[in-house]
Amino acid sequence: MNLILDIAWTHVRARVRQTGFAVAGVATGVGFSIMMASLMQGSQDDFTNRLVNTLPNVTVSDERRSPPPQPAATLYAAAEIHGLTPEARRRGIKNPLATMAALEAWLPGAVGPSVKVQAIIRYANHDIATNIIGIDPRRESMISDLPKQMRGATLNALFRATNAIVIGDRLSDKIGARIGANITLQTSEGARLNAQVVGFFHTGVRQLDESTAYVLTKTGQILSKQTGLINELRVRLREPMTSREIATRIENDTGYKSVSWQEANEDLISTFIIRNLIMYTVVGAILLVASFGTYNIISTITHEKARDIAIMKSLGLSEYTVRSIFVIEAMIIGVAGALAGFLLGYLLCLALGSIEIKNPFLDSDRLPLAYTYTHYLLAGAVALVSSVAAGYQPARKAARMHPVEIIRGAT
Amino acid sequence: MSAAAAQDTHIVAATAPLIEARNVTRILPGVVPTTLVHNIDLVIRENEFVGITGPSGSGKSSLLYLLGLLDLPTSGEVLVRGQETTNMAEEDRAHARLTMLGFVFQFHFLLPEFTVLENVMLPMRALGQLSASAMRTRGGDLLGSLGLGDHMNKRPDQLSGGQRQRVAVARALANEPPVILADEPTGSLDSKSSEQVFEVLRDLVHRHGKTVVAVTHDLGMAARMDRQIELIDGAIVADKAVLVERI
Repeated sequence: MNLILDIAWTHVRARVRQTGFAVAGVATGVGFSIMMASLMQGSQDDFTNRLVNTLPNVTVSDERRSPPPQPAATLYAAAEIHGLTPEARRRGIKNPLATMAALEAWLPGAVGPSVKVQAIIRYANHDIATNIIGIDPRRESMISDLPKQMRGATLNALFRATNAIVIGDRLSDKIGARIGANITLQTSEGARLNAQVVGFFHTGVRQLDESTAYVLTKTGQILSKQTGLINELRVRLREPMTSREIATRIENDTGYKSVSWQEANEDLISTFIIRNLIMYTVVGAILLVASFGTYNIISTITHEKARDIAIMKSLGLSEYTVRSIFVIEAMIIGVAGALAGFLLGYLLCLALGSIEIKNPFLDSDRLPLAYTYTHYLLAGAVALVSSVAAGYQPARKAARMHPVEIIRGAT
Repeated sequence: MSAAAAQDTHIVAATAPLIEARNVTRILPGVVPTTLVHNIDLVIRENEFVGITGPSGSGKSSLLYLLGLLDLPTSGEVLVRGQETTNMAEEDRAHARLTMLGFVFQFHFLLPEFTVLENVMLPMRALGQLSASAMRTRGGDLLGSLGLGDHMNKRPDQLSGGQRQRVAVARALANEPPVILADEPTGSLDSKSSEQVFEVLRDLVHRHGKTVVAVTHDLGMAARMDRQIELIDGAIVADKAVLVERI
């Protein structure tokens, strides 16, 4: 074995109890860091997955980010025009089928047309503002998980009744509507329609489950009082994480406002960033506290081994060699702590994952945990770096000891 | 020229200088600076057996540490084989100690967690020029030659004081340095062990051609060395060379 390693290992081995405490400190830090990271990441992934699977990855609406310039402004650019009312345009996406075909030519995913209408659902003295979305049930499985999220019926039930409607389970609880219930839909355009509840869905996203309903495209067009209206294209991508880039391209190609799921949930995503920041700060603090143990043990060893350091230097071992011995001792503690911490972290995750919980905000009865090697690598790397950093200062001090002073002191 | 000086001239002419101190002064800084050695001019030559004597606090050990590159002079210079060392980088001074100098202290200072053989192999491993088996063989030979062949795998705390000091001598010889510097090597030993260690050191000079510079309080022992340097208050007051049996 290399001399430096040999001496370092001998020092560490000779102090089983002290070393054990230092290793336990690092292991606890690493273990709890992994558990926390797993829990945080798990809940974030769980929520993100629900968002990605429930909502379209990209929604193309018939709006534009900035209103189109008025003809007068275009024609008389030099003149200053006051009091112009923006030009009223016919609602809906122009030539939706052609637009869809153009998008499907390059999009890595699927596109589905829909009609989105704001309406009030009236039932049993309840008036609830709702987003009514007119869809084609046959295409829905390609663009969302709605068919899988159905409760009590399949999505094809929309074909079984005139003006059939599928509502969120929380909405149904709120208004007390059961399957077969006849509810009234009233829009701001003045349209009024009686619809029959043919099924429920549950996405797990409270906002959707409380205020969304699905009807056939044709029913949606009747509610919006515009035949052939398609005011939304919903896009599902094979790689949901590329939604931002795809949305930008769609917007550039079509001119219509295209919103990725990330943009639609920017506030949530920024909350995740803050949450992760807090998590990494706490994890860093845990590991920092653990590194004090390493500092302590290396300081103790260098203090106890002052005479050995002096003799090693008098024999001709360089400052670098002496410093390396103690830095490696810190590394041994860091590596042993990290390995023990990996095991502890894994066991903590298993234990946490086995706890049964009942939370109205969660669908699952188990805590969502993410098992990923990056948490282990990250916690291990931080533990190792903090151990080495903690060991470096006493090691440097030891290496700079003047052998004559120690030898004189010893004699 | 006196008879003693004539003898000195004879020895000087026979061997080459190994360590030279030129006008070396060492002052310990502090509120009241302490002069450890003052204006020392000294030449240690090959194959000399030098004893440094003097009362406590006279600067014997300080001079030895300066000659052994463990300490730096406040002024003056120390040369090893003609090379000036005071301006050397610490790494180079460490390498010079590793290859040119061997130390034996009053206390053995063996590493307690390692076996006797491992302690002897330590300087060889630090130098890294021999294979593991060659180091083991050389360490074993050294210990065997000092009568410790049966104790190679023991820990230092399983040996007597004299045995430990002989292990320290073996360790000092590990890299075959031309000079052994010994600071009160028999200071903590009983008379029998002291005599054994002294014989080992004398053999190194007379049989193996090494140079030994030993600080000692024992004037009787010093009288049996080839050259005696006496220090008082950090200055050399006598430097006597004695013709002994090796001529």
